[in-house]
Amino acid sequence: MKITLTVWRQDSPAATGGFETHQLDDVSPDMSFLEMFDVLNEALIADDKEPVAFDHDCREGICGSCSMMINGRAHGPELGTATCQLHLRKFSDGAHITVEPWRAAAFPIIKDLCVDRSAFDRIVEAGGYITIPTGSAPDGNLILVPKPVSDTAMDAAACIGCGACVAACPNGAAQLFTAAKIQHLNLLPQGQPERWDRVTNMVNEMERWFGSCTMHGECEAACPKEISIDFIALMNRDYVKAQFKQRRLAGQQA
Amino acid sequence: MSDITLDAHIPAGPLADKWDEHKFAVKLVNPSNRRKFRIVVVGSGLAGASAAATLGELGYQVTLLTFHDSPRRAHSIAAQGGINAAKNYRNDGDSVYRLFYDTIKGGDYRSREANVYRLAQVSVNIIDQCVAQGVPFAREYGGLLDNRSFGGAQVSRTFYARGQTGQQLLLGAYQALARQVHLGTVTLYNRNELLDVVVHEGRAVGVVARDLITGDVVSHAGHAVVLATGGYSNVFFLSTNAMQSNVTAIWRAHRRGALMANPCYTQIHPTCIPASDDFQSKLTLMSESLRNDGRIWVPKQFGDERPPDEIPEEERDFFLERRYPAFGNLVPRDVASRAAKREVDAGRGVGPRKNGVYLDFSDATRRLGRDVIEERYGNLFQMYDRITGEDPYTVPMRIYPAVHYAMGGLWVDYNLMSTIPGLYVLGEANFSDHGANRLGASALMQGLADGYFVLPATINDYLAPLLGTDPVPTDHGVFVAAEAEVNERVGALLGVNGSRSVDYFHRELGKILWDNCGMERSRESLEKALSEIPALRDEFHKDVRVLGDDESLNQSLERAGRVADFLEFGELLCRDALHREESCGGHFRVEHQTEDGEALRDDEDFAYVGAWEYTGDVANTVLHKEPLEFENIDLAQRSYK
Repeated sequence: MKITLTVWRQDSPAATGGFETHQLDDVSPDMSFLEMFDVLNEALIADDKEPVAFDHDCREGICGSCSMMINGRAHGPELGTATCQLHLRKFSDGAHITVEPWRAAAFPIIKDLCVDRSAFDRIVEAGGYITIPTGSAPDGNLILVPKPVSDTAMDAAACIGCGACVAACPNGAAQLFTAAKIQHLNLLPQGQPERWDRVTNMVNEMERWFGSCTMHGECEAACPKEISIDFIALMNRDYVKAQFKQRRLAGQQA
Repeated sequence: MSDITLDAHIPAGPLADKWDEHKFAVKLVNPSNRRKFRIVVVGSGLAGASAAATLGELGYQVTLLTFHDSPRRAHSIAAQGGINAAKNYRNDGDSVYRLFYDTIKGGDYRSREANVYRLAQVSVNIIDQCVAQGVPFAREYGGLLDNRSFGGAQVSRTFYARGQTGQQLLLGAYQALARQVHLGTVTLYNRNELLDVVVHEGRAVGVVARDLITGDVVSHAGHAVVLATGGYSNVFFLSTNAMQSNVTAIWRAHRRGALMANPCYTQIHPTCIPASDDFQSKLTLMSESLRNDGRIWVPKQFGDERPPDEIPEEERDFFLERRYPAFGNLVPRDVASRAAKREVDAGRGVGPRKNGVYLDFSDATRRLGRDVIEERYGNLFQMYDRITGEDPYTVPMRIYPAVHYAMGGLWVDYNLMSTIPGLYVLGEANFSDHGANRLGASALMQGLADGYFVLPATINDYLAPLLGTDPVPTDHGVFVAAEAEVNERVGALLGVNGSRSVDYFHRELGKILWDNCGMERSRESLEKALSEIPALRDEFHKDVRVLGDDESLNQSLERAGRVADFLEFGELLCRDALHREESCGGHFRVEHQTEDGEALRDDEDFAYVGAWEYTGDVANTVLHKEPLEFENIDLAQRSYK
């Protein structure tokens, strides 16, 4: 099949970027979207032009590296699918596809389609863990976790940290990512001791980097793991509760 | 050739007591002295992240390098099926000894008893640790942990989190790591790639890394260096490994004096999605857990063009169930892979390119209902559907073996130290625990065992006598010289300005290896590969085209460095395969097979670890042997019938 591809090119964070259009005359519908970029890059190299930089690694939809706005949609037209799992059979022959990097102030462009998502790591570092030094754990079956609780925690924990939620959000907000990370732990019995500190610290860290949530819901639609915005509601509930709880948990916080 | 004797430092005493006694025998570092030591950890997968987090918790200062944009992206994340542990929660006769026995047998009697026993022992602690961290393992309705069974075992000892066990375990380790980064014990350098290991006066004293965004070549010094940089399966170009997985870190260490053990032990995973066209960039694995409920078959009739649902039951050959009634579809990976290859080679392959066999869930769906199948494998089915455009609930999956895991790696002793003092190697990057074939759900177990429990209990033995010394400063001549070498290598790759892309050479290398050193190897094929690889390598250095510069993100340049190292390593892999005149596990030499086509070991001559020493060029690599002694297990022909 034939594809016309318009791609964002930008040499460095400070450089001015622009679109570049390429014609691909012989790609297969069974190819993945990133394999199409491989083909494009091979053609560019043969033409003595620098290939397009893009983040990718597992190509199985789990590492969360890939990050392309495809025709204005994070990860493209197929619901619940990361860019690497999108195949050309989802496009029609002769399609014109525009590809941009994630668009968000908190994700500065490094080069072409690569962006810097390390603000996500800062949010996790602020409290996205359970304090359990290696070796100090009790037997696994001493901690009972009701199956529905475990299943819901897993629904949240499925987040791959790709940043599509932020890229899709008109405000560049990271509520869905942060909520998924918080609620994965806050729902579980193991997460209770640090529950109120966790939500406070992680939300505050998030606010340092990202825009505010106005409940557009674009994040849920873009999420390749189909994580529900219900988790945002749960996070907001915990955050509000934490403001009162903290005072009652004597000794936990001044 | 240097005078190396490979001493594995296996503690004396009964098997079951070795680890406990060893932990008592090693030297310790007092908690208040630990902050005086800096340890450089490279790699942020299960082994690297768990090691860095645990060392940080203990009070050491840790420098962690990863070439990913976040530690959470390491390839451990893609493991699907589960993690083994000898908990015996199912009351089905499991024990530490049985997990040990299954692992030794599954590894075709080519691993160290003491290491494997320790792995089985700490497996139970790993589950406890991960549960406490909040890893959302699958649960029973009563709230207890659920299990499933995996290939090569007759008990249910595999813990899992849907089809994303690797992801959840890695996130657990990453969270522990994030806590240490927050506390300041671990300093994280992302998008930094190791390009050399620095050895001074016989000890590992640091690494040289390249910042992938700025192109700066920077040294990192420490009292010890830990490599947890994963496996080398991408030497085959097409594998189930992530695109960036590579051999560079361990190859650079090898060139600096670390011995490379058993590189020919590569695992082919039986359940991957067959290649659909020539543009294929990687292969996708479907979890082995699918073999719990899926039945593998091909049409009995050659060239049967009918759709699978029109082929009646009696015209299907369930070849694994037929040949291995006791284990059926759950035979170990090497056995299942070769059986599938045999069917496809015989012309009974299915799919548009006749390059697969069916993995069929219709019986299980009838027996258990679609809901149960969806609960167990929903995300895998979805992934298959996305990639192939076929719905596995109604049409059987098509699968074919693909390169998946490297049992070989840098040689390490019982303490996980390589032949370079102060250089430790963890996880898939070392050779230690899986022998010639790894059982499913054991890679996650080994990575976390090494990182959470083994290294943090052994590295102190090396560090304790270094108390009061400072790391070699990074402006020391030995670092300056290593940086200069790295810069020269980078410059040379950019300077060739030839006519072919890096990927071209990588694909060519992959073809040579897959055709000649893949699922089956012969003297003839290996000699062919050994004549072709050096020629390809020469061509690469004369004709590769790497555009751009070394002062900004340059992904072609990154790949060029990795492929250059694969082109050297691939030759060693073939050399090792050629020298090992037996078949064992993932290494199948056609000259050495039983009458019914099973692997035929030669315990008399080859019950040893083959560890190679670099002496200036790959062609003259020198073999050293560590004999494997089996005191607790009788060597037997593996049988899964």
